[in-house]
Amino acid sequence: MNEPINFHFKVDGSNFISAGEASVNVKKLLRQVGIAPDIIKRVSIAMYEGEINMVIHANGGTADVNVYPDKIQIILEDVGPGIPDIDQAMQEGFSTAQDNVRSLGFGAGMGLPNMKKYTDMMKIESEVGKGTKVTMEVNIP
Amino acid sequence: MTIRTIAELLNAKVLCLEDKIDFDVKSAFGSDMMSDVLAFVKEQSVLITGLANPQVIRTAEMMDMSCVVFVRGKQPTPEMISLAEENGIVLLASNERMYPACGKLYQNGLSGGSIATV
Ligand SMILES: Nc1ncnc2c1ncn2[C@@H]1O[C@H](COP(=O)(O)OP(=O)(O)OP(=O)(O)O)[C@@H](O)[C@H]1O
Ligand SMILES: [Mg+2]
Repeated sequence: MNEPINFHFKVDGSNFISAGEASVNVKKLLRQVGIAPDIIKRVSIAMYEGEINMVIHANGGTADVNVYPDKIQIILEDVGPGIPDIDQAMQEGFSTAQDNVRSLGFGAGMGLPNMKKYTDMMKIESEVGKGTKVTMEVNIP
Repeated sequence: MTIRTIAELLNAKVLCLEDKIDFDVKSAFGSDMMSDVLAFVKEQSVLITGLANPQVIRTAEMMDMSCVVFVRGKQPTPEMISLAEENGIVLLASNERMYPACGKLYQNGLSGGSIATV
């Protein structure tokens, strides 16, 4: 009964073309499970930002979405370069993205603050050289 | 304003979902940066952009937008068009540059809407 419904995805870091695919799928799956549209929108925006981050900053990783009766949890894990200063990374406008990423339409330093804005809980665990784990939750009222 | 009117004002080609162009839209957002679309769009249902990659379509889908207008003659790939079709997003392509395109739509009553604050 208390087992969440889990959706698991591998996020390919080698190919920008597919970046964001997992989030589009999650949006469809959450609709099928009957989650309210405003909750789906918040979950999918937050996950999409995180998924794009894994592709452009960390060479891909895994995404897990757990649907509980009272909340939706998103866990994004990568074995990328890690984030040296999380407080700095959380600031609007801070980005280490290069011109090639900007030419794809990303790298304004808005993603992490946006993920925080759209979720009720966000936790970043990161170790330089090891990787990053971002956990987010959106409560279901 | 209907999507049909947008297409007429911008002399744009309808690339998919022609059956949805009488759909009414109230406000729009113009940007080449998807980061900004994700951060600033609230209820705007039209995205005007000079960027053409699959993330444009996915970003519009994430923000529940119903129409993407490509300006400066940018052409989406067939894969992007079918992705938009699958997600119910009408695609238009115009040779106008960003500034005149937005200006024409604004002048004819398509507003900028409000900024997202959650
Ligand atoms: N998974 C990650 N692995 C390593 N570094 C990351 C990761 N996610 C974010 N960062 C670092 O944090 C910075 C800020 O991230 P944020 O998502 O806010 O902005 P951005 O991705 O650079 O641009 P935008 O999200 O606006 O497209 C990034 O530039 C990068 O240095
Ligand atoms: Mg980002």
